Amino acid sequence: MLEIKNLSAKVEDKQILKGINLSVKAGEIHAIMGPNGSGKSTLAQVIAGRDTFEVTGGSVTYLGKDLLELAPEERACEGIFLAFQYPVEIPGVSNLYFLRAAVNAARKYRGEEELDAMDFMTGAKGKMASLGMSDQMISRAVNVGFSGGEKKRNEIFQMAMLEPKLAILDETDSGLDIDALKTVADGVNALRSPDRAVIVVTHYQRLLDYIIPDFVHVLADGRVVKSGDKSLALELEDKGYSWIEQLAQPELAVRS
Amino acid sequence: MPAVAEQLNTYLETFEAQAEARQAEPEWLVERRNRGMQQFAERGFPTTKHEEYRYTSLAPIAKVSFQSAAEAAGVTLDDIEPFLYGEIKGDRLVFVNGRFTPSLSSIDSALGGTVTSIRSLLEDEPATIEPHLARHSTERDNPLAALNSALFADGAVVRIPAHEAWDAPIQLVFVSTADAPNSATHPRVLIIAERDSEGSVIETHCGLGETPYWTNAVTEIIAAPNARVDHYRLQQESLSAFHTSLVEIHQGRDSNVTTHSVSFGGGLVRNDVEVVLEDENCECTMNGLYAVNGRQHVDNRTRVDHTKPHCSSHQLYKGILDGHSRGVFGGKIIVRPDAQKTDAFQSNKNLLLSADAEVNTKPQLEIDANDVKCSHGATIGQIDEEAAFYLRSRGIGESEARSLLTYAFAADLLERMKFEPIRKRFESLLMTRLIRPGGK
Repeated sequence: MLEIKNLSAKVEDKQILKGINLSVKAGEIHAIMGPNGSGKSTLAQVIAGRDTFEVTGGSVTYLGKDLLELAPEERACEGIFLAFQYPVEIPGVSNLYFLRAAVNAARKYRGEEELDAMDFMTGAKGKMASLGMSDQMISRAVNVGFSGGEKKRNEIFQMAMLEPKLAILDETDSGLDIDALKTVADGVNALRSPDRAVIVVTHYQRLLDYIIPDFVHVLADGRVVKSGDKSLALELEDKGYSWIEQLAQPELAVRS
Repeated sequence: MPAVAEQLNTYLETFEAQAEARQAEPEWLVERRNRGMQQFAERGFPTTKHEEYRYTSLAPIAKVSFQSAAEAAGVTLDDIEPFLYGEIKGDRLVFVNGRFTPSLSSIDSALGGTVTSIRSLLEDEPATIEPHLARHSTERDNPLAALNSALFADGAVVRIPAHEAWDAPIQLVFVSTADAPNSATHPRVLIIAERDSEGSVIETHCGLGETPYWTNAVTEIIAAPNARVDHYRLQQESLSAFHTSLVEIHQGRDSNVTTHSVSFGGGLVRNDVEVVLEDENCECTMNGLYAVNGRQHVDNRTRVDHTKPHCSSHQLYKGILDGHSRGVFGGKIIVRPDAQKTDAFQSNKNLLLSADAEVNTKPQLEIDANDVKCSHGATIGQIDEEAAFYLRSRGIGESEARSLLTYAFAADLLERMKFEPIRKRFESLLMTRLIRPGGK
């Protein structure tokens, strides 16, 4: 589904991704872990199309298309969803308007009929209930005055409504209490299916108790330095990230 | 200066030419007109040397010999339909080129009080407006308002009688046909809300042609004790038009006035709002929204005078500037020594959609009392790129995302408009003009 080859990207003069290779097939869940500054969030944002990062090399193929050629909105309509680490507040635009515009943009892109307000609300209410969100949150301005946990739930709610083929969760677990964490995990697990894939970017192993990954990749200094199955996450938890940071500098390791 | 002085003669000549018409008018009005003409002749057009006009040059108006707009027949309801609110029941007065046009108006005579043209009221019962009409504005240092007092051909009087509450707003529509070059109108509105009364007035200024013309309007709002007035001033002139205006509000004890000013049209626009809170416990809200593009220049100036204790005033002006447009805001809050417990707030926020748009903003406080709550602030910003990316990452196209964020910027002002048809009209006008083909 997603094929990342030797991807490098920079912001201003700072090279952040230095040759990422990653292959994600439909039905799989991949976890990307790594210390702060390793490039996890940058990778997530580059896949979603954030233009503050300049891709300096490599390729990203998604469902046979050159992903880097697509605008962010086209990627979204093609089924890519990024749950933001820091969801943006948008005063003056209601959650309802925003989400209906998003759902209908994707429907229009696929040549389907747009949903009317009634149909949309019926679908939305059921999904909000399952995420433990109150009905009134849909009429509030996007993320404005939401607590940290509410913002993350709102991301998962958007994901549930948009039903992406490839969902990327960027540190959605950070700062969540255990109940909210379970809710987020339930939301992701509900989406699991043989034709969908999920990339979970996280700093902590904890989320992976609830969303069981098929693969775990460890990023350090802009490269994937180790890949393995879910036991790698536990090993990381045990040994800490400094162990990994040494792996990221093979030249140094050889010299010393 | 001499070049400008020459053009003043145009207005003196126009004034002379109207001498005969003035003979039919009550003496008090003739006096006020004379005084207005005299004040205008003495001061002339303000120049950028005046602090209040520092960023707005009226030279493009001053250098032209504007003639009073000629009577125009043949304007139909279809022509002005975009400026009417058919869904809103209530009286409507339409003025074409400054003249009351009964065929386009609709007046429900069952209503108590007064909704009529100034001219017909002067014939029937001039005494009812003598205490107010042109009584206040000429006293101020506003030569253009003085010129309006001298020259206005007609206008509207809305008098809401004591203890009455009118549900439906009164619509006043001032149309310029703009078919002859360099024509001017000086529309006049007088709103009197008597004790304990309540009502709304929608004042629209619009143009039908692209020939340059000048609208120089004055609106006086008198709110008696415990009266409530909701006033909308919707400026939708043609893009080649000049528009200058004064809204002057006098509030009595416990009164509550809201004035919404929307400026979407006009090439060169200067709007003044002057509020005098004359007694205790008045509340005044001023909401302003301007959205301009191309070479449009819009200047909004407010002045609120707190003279007595326990009054509050709230101002929120927001501007959306695209192209090479320029926005100016100047606001002054004056708190007199006697006006303790004043609560005054003023805010001007601007959204620049283009690198060539420009904003000058200057909020000002002048406080002579010691127990008051006053604050002011101004911001100038651009579209939040992170918010735009957030919307796009959900599938919303770039141009739509930008429009949505721009709309969101103005949303709180639109939500303050009580009448849904007005809110919807300007929402959609805002959205249409924001969506640019092919995005940015």
